[in-house]
Amino acid sequence: MSLLPFCQWLADTSGSIALHESLFMYPLVESAHVLTLCLFLGMAIMFDLRLLGLTLTRVPITEIKSRLGPWMVAGFCVMVITGALLFYAIPVRSYQSLWFRLKVIALILAGLNAFVFHAGIDRRVAEWDLAPTPPPAARRAGATSLILWAVIVVAGRMIAYNWFDCDKQPQPRVVNVFAGCVVPPAGGGR
Amino acid sequence: MNLSMLNLLPFIEWVAASPLSKAISTSTWAFAVIESIHLLALSVIGGAVLIVDLKLLGYGIRTQTLAEVARDAQKWFLSSWAVMIVTGLLLFWSEPQKLYYSTPFAVKMICLLLGTIFALTVRRRVTLAGEGRVPPMVMKLVALVSLALWFGVGAGGRWIGFSG
Repeated sequence: MSLLPFCQWLADTSGSIALHESLFMYPLVESAHVLTLCLFLGMAIMFDLRLLGLTLTRVPITEIKSRLGPWMVAGFCVMVITGALLFYAIPVRSYQSLWFRLKVIALILAGLNAFVFHAGIDRRVAEWDLAPTPPPAARRAGATSLILWAVIVVAGRMIAYNWFDCDKQPQPRVVNVFAGCVVPPAGGGR
Repeated sequence: MNLSMLNLLPFIEWVAASPLSKAISTSTWAFAVIESIHLLALSVIGGAVLIVDLKLLGYGIRTQTLAEVARDAQKWFLSSWAVMIVTGLLLFWSEPQKLYYSTPFAVKMICLLLGTIFALTVRRRVTLAGEGRVPPMVMKLVALVSLALWFGVGAGGRWIGFSG
């Protein structure tokens, strides 16, 4: 299943073209997307570091969650909305971007990691709420989250570069496959 | 407004002619990799600044005193600040002429200078003094000044890329 026709349709909508060609809207949306990193990821990093027992070790996990959680959620909402707008402005190139695809995969894994944490060790948080160094499962969740978010940030930044763009051929076969490039067969076929 | 007001052109030209500058600006990957590390450190410094400023505003962690939270955040603030400076210098080294004439870069540098001084002086004294010794209004004001200055650094930095 390819979402390419949908992305091509999206790229032709007037809203997408307007955002793509706007002088200030696109930079503003992108700036909001990047600066909200401080709010969302900044708070998430503090929480992950607490899970690893590296900071705020005397603060209960539940206190951090209840006090910083709302800011994290608010930041996440801004990131999703502005991220969706950025995709809406440049759908085809994003869809066929190696980095964008890597970012989406890492985002899904980060979501799974959070789900495993909440459905698992976090259910028994009462037992380790005050532990300066949380149990291994919680530390693993914190470390996994930090690594995945680093991948997400770096991959997100790299989308801006055109090293692996589909219109820049020839590319290694693995790039074309992973990025979903539609490339005519070599030698013209016959 | 830009840094050309400081008459640093000989220095800027010396930087641009240096082997390091050429190495970064001609490399395919170097700038992007340095920039990515710069961005990762941004996330950390954002968290370290916000966790204290939110507490100053009355929205932060309650179970610990302001001074304890500030002391805990300080090591993350200082280490990510150092990473930002080193990677930022490398980025500057790769395109000094562009930045010399860039208004967003000048705004960023002014906010960075003020933000750093503010963080190490006024804000540090207020946070370490702790609750009760400083009027709540002053604590809120300190947080807002801190947030505004660091916002100026971040927004200025992002805007460098949009302007020529």
